[in-house]
Amino acid sequence: MLTEIAALSKADAPGFAHVYKTSELTLCRIAGAEDVKTEQLSKRMAWVSQVSAVRDGKDKAAFAELFGYFAPRVKSFLMKSGASPDLAEECTQEVMATLWNKAHMFDPTKASVSTWIFTIARNRKIDLLRKQRRPEPEDLPWGPEPEPDQAEALELQQETEQLGEALATLPPEQRKLIEKAYFGDLSHSEIAAETGLPLGTIKSRIRLALERLRHAMK
Amino acid sequence: MMSKMTQIKHHLTEQLLMGYAGGTLPEAFSLVVATHISMCDTCRAALAEYEAVGGEIMLDVDPTEMAEDALAATMVLIDAVTDVAPPRAVPRTSGIFPAPLRDYVNGDVADVKWRKVGGGVSQMILPTSKDASVRLLRIPAGTAVPDHGHHGTELTLVLQGAFVDETDRFGTGDVEVANEDLNHTPVAEEGLDCICLAATDAPLRFNGFLPRIAQRFVGI
Repeated sequence: MLTEIAALSKADAPGFAHVYKTSELTLCRIAGAEDVKTEQLSKRMAWVSQVSAVRDGKDKAAFAELFGYFAPRVKSFLMKSGASPDLAEECTQEVMATLWNKAHMFDPTKASVSTWIFTIARNRKIDLLRKQRRPEPEDLPWGPEPEPDQAEALELQQETEQLGEALATLPPEQRKLIEKAYFGDLSHSEIAAETGLPLGTIKSRIRLALERLRHAMK
Repeated sequence: MMSKMTQIKHHLTEQLLMGYAGGTLPEAFSLVVATHISMCDTCRAALAEYEAVGGEIMLDVDPTEMAEDALAATMVLIDAVTDVAPPRAVPRTSGIFPAPLRDYVNGDVADVKWRKVGGGVSQMILPTSKDASVRLLRIPAGTAVPDHGHHGTELTLVLQGAFVDETDRFGTGDVEVANEDLNHTPVAEEGLDCICLAATDAPLRFNGFLPRIAQRFVGI
């Protein structure tokens, strides 16, 4: 099913290069896509098809592409969270191995590949660096998921791209605070404080991006 | 299901959701957050957003070069791993505790090993990492918890019944986020006993070799 989403026009889409091209053309016809950089969005859809290729075909070339892009970023995230370079390296390899093993769990209507890999890295960080358990919310008691819808997947990927762009426009000091919250440099009291972090008051752009994302995730 | 049955009015703060999304909260706080999200679709959706923010933050860091043989080493790792992670907790069919809390109690409300802490109030401290603590509290219907302040931050999630304090009413599924500024006298409503999950990052006053009996005086 994911292959179809990524390939969009699967009848004559034998290779990735062709898939991207098809995605681009189709994306332009999705309402509201005009304000997203097509190149960025097709990169995101390429990640989706790469995860599908790993899941369906144990495709090592697709995995190598994902590895080349994400592993160095996961490693940085872990080092900024307090891991030594060696531990970060080891931990990143485990994160990427998890990506391979759990490729069937990825749902492009629920998350961007970047979001998904981030949650895997975060869980590994808690486990390995902080040596704590991570209580997870229980699954929703709704029956089996419907087949992921390709328009929904595109919309979600697009909204996540817009969120990324909105984050990039934040003033450096606000961005720094958000980063600290995610890397764990804030004290517990700072995190729990009613004020002090900018998300509640940051520009309407982020707010809007989050609202669009929420809409897309429905 | 639960979220359909109850009207949740008091939600998690942005900071807590972001901390949980980033994996920076103490385990005790994470348990309250995960339990609330199990009951609250609004916060579940908000968490997904903050995880997306985390993904974008991660994309934007300066990449750190991996070891030369990293990809090959990862492929070996994949081949070596045969077990895929256990399935996630399935929703309960009976009882009142959402799955993450059931994991810590090893059961539901009937399995809680309550200990009296005075004034009719009982508690059970749950095992977590030491940077914060979390306990179940049972306050008999109609009973007031003595006026108390807070050290650090305290999260209180209602699992059954309701309590009222100077700030508002907190019903099932509601979470109160209190800090040093709040001095309050929560009163459990008439009807069902009020059962709460309460976490605090205030240091426990007694630990190490001090007698276990001292635990009885740890503030609630």
